[in-house]
Amino acid sequence: MRDKRLDFLRRGRGERFKPLPDQELEKLPDDVWHKCLGCRELLYDKDLEANVWVCPRCGYHHRITVHERIAMLSDEGSFVETNHALRSLDPLEFTIRDRSYKDRLLQAEKDAGVSEAVVTGVATLDGVPISLAVMVMEYLGGAVGSVAGEKITRAVERAHQDGRGLVIVSQSGGMRMHEGLFSLMQMAKTSGALARLQQAKLPFISIIADQTYGGATASWVALGDVIIAEPGARVGFSGPRVLQAIKVRLADDVQKAEFMLQHGMIDLIVPRPQLRGTVIQFLHHFKGHMRCAAQVVPSQANGSAGNQRRKDEK
Amino acid sequence: MNRLVSELEFEKGLSEIRSALEKLTKADPRKVPDLAAQRARLEAQYDQQLAAIYREIIPWNRVLISRHPQRPRFLDFAAVLFPDFIELHGDRRYGDDGAIVGGPATFQGRSVILIGEQKGRSTKENIMRNFGMPHPEGYRKAERLIRMAERFDMPIVTFVDTSGASALEEDEARGVSWAIAECLRTQAEIHVPIISVIIGEGMSGGAIAIAMGNRVLMLEHSIYSVIAPEACASQLWRDVAAAPEAATAMHVTAQQLLRLGLIDRIVPEPLGGAHRDPTTAALYLETALREEFSRISFEQFDWAQQRYERYRQFGQVTDTLSTTQKAPTG
Repeated sequence: MRDKRLDFLRRGRGERFKPLPDQELEKLPDDVWHKCLGCRELLYDKDLEANVWVCPRCGYHHRITVHERIAMLSDEGSFVETNHALRSLDPLEFTIRDRSYKDRLLQAEKDAGVSEAVVTGVATLDGVPISLAVMVMEYLGGAVGSVAGEKITRAVERAHQDGRGLVIVSQSGGMRMHEGLFSLMQMAKTSGALARLQQAKLPFISIIADQTYGGATASWVALGDVIIAEPGARVGFSGPRVLQAIKVRLADDVQKAEFMLQHGMIDLIVPRPQLRGTVIQFLHHFKGHMRCAAQVVPSQANGSAGNQRRKDEK
Repeated sequence: MNRLVSELEFEKGLSEIRSALEKLTKADPRKVPDLAAQRARLEAQYDQQLAAIYREIIPWNRVLISRHPQRPRFLDFAAVLFPDFIELHGDRRYGDDGAIVGGPATFQGRSVILIGEQKGRSTKENIMRNFGMPHPEGYRKAERLIRMAERFDMPIVTFVDTSGASALEEDEARGVSWAIAECLRTQAEIHVPIISVIIGEGMSGGAIAIAMGNRVLMLEHSIYSVIAPEACASQLWRDVAAAPEAATAMHVTAQQLLRLGLIDRIVPEPLGGAHRDPTTAALYLETALREEFSRISFEQFDWAQQRYERYRQFGQVTDTLSTTQKAPTG
């Protein structure tokens, strides 16, 4: 459970902190207390939530729900979901042994509570009109098939059409094998749409959350005007399972946000509590060609990390 | 036809005839009086069996053919189709990648830019070419050549043959994902036509990175896939031995992909695969490319738009609201 890559955050803390053994932790009610996945410190849920699920002690970024992310990156009440009714057609009639892909999709929808590996919509962020896409790791590991690719493409097109800024939060295991080459084609589709958005001089802020691999990294994620990652986020080309299959072993620190920053692939690493404020700053810098820009009024709430969950989400 | 190539798993029935043929080639004609007749008989037998084996062929076997070590590579085809090809080197940023080769050439009296993924044949060449797995600088070189084609109004022909982009630490450090993404975006931006041909293995992001063609062709026994069947099998079936099933399920062959409308044309190969008769294979490809070139008028056509539309339509989805109520716009 102990995550070595966060050891540097604990340096100097000496032996003062002694985590509880696992069996004792399991006895605690998990809706009040959380064990930090980084330092195993016991944390009060309310404190964690107030800090957008970043451990106040070690800085570990816990996974948050898509709704929390949307709340964090939009003005309260401004988000309107788009294309939520799109579903896969299972073009290959893919079956693994006796289990069909269609069943798998129904199961994924039940497990993740959303209908696809990405939720898209329009919103304002500090008054700036944006098109927002947030990927969902819980849905088939964030694997991108036709629907996720289509939704991202439509989010790009919506930004283009309305003159909005584009913000995509990515987390993805790669391209979805169940849809074969259709999945791979989403790389070309999304890149094509982004080329047009960028020719129209509209900004794209690409945000990398923990675990972004494969076709997602090698298409829209890498094409942001600004690319921001959360601390410690795993990001790379071939995911761990593919690496295992091709018998390649990479050092633990290679496919990490910090490595990518060091090698000039991303612009910034921004801790989650500051993410909203940073994105707002960029949107204001880059709003020159946004067509709705005239209506934009910067608010005083610049930088507040909204962590309220929207109740009327749909 | 070269009947002495090594057989694949599913062609094992041929190996006995082949070794008999090999013995005959080494035999002294003075000692074997009916050598010609014996050979003719064996060859006929071989051809008959070969035809029987290739009458029906499962997707997995095409995966094996596409990887045959003696299968013609990009430069083998280029030598026949583009005799005046000049290789250009380097990405002007870091280095020169041996797994992606490109430069100008003439085809049907027209200047074109050729870009192809190149696997090696000898161990030495394979090391130089990283077994056809391009490093980031390969894709950056490709991107540079694509921009060159745009500047000088030259159509682009790309040849795809890779088991995937290189995925080592050095590739992550130099941004292999970034190189691929930028190569895709550049192909979306340019206005000259691109014809892409999958000649062997078209595996994953490393393949599509140079295959965003206005027209996409596949050789009869080539494959094109989101992931290697073995990797798919080990992840979804939890058993690498299920690779043949995965190959069928993922629809990796030219025949399956043409039916799905994901590619535009299949280029036939000589009986038994291109490696048994590379010259004829090159001729078939030349014929197909000639037809492609004569079909596309190079003047006054918006190739960028056609390319956008071609890729925009991929990915069938259904809007579960559209039948009952109006879908939300956007």
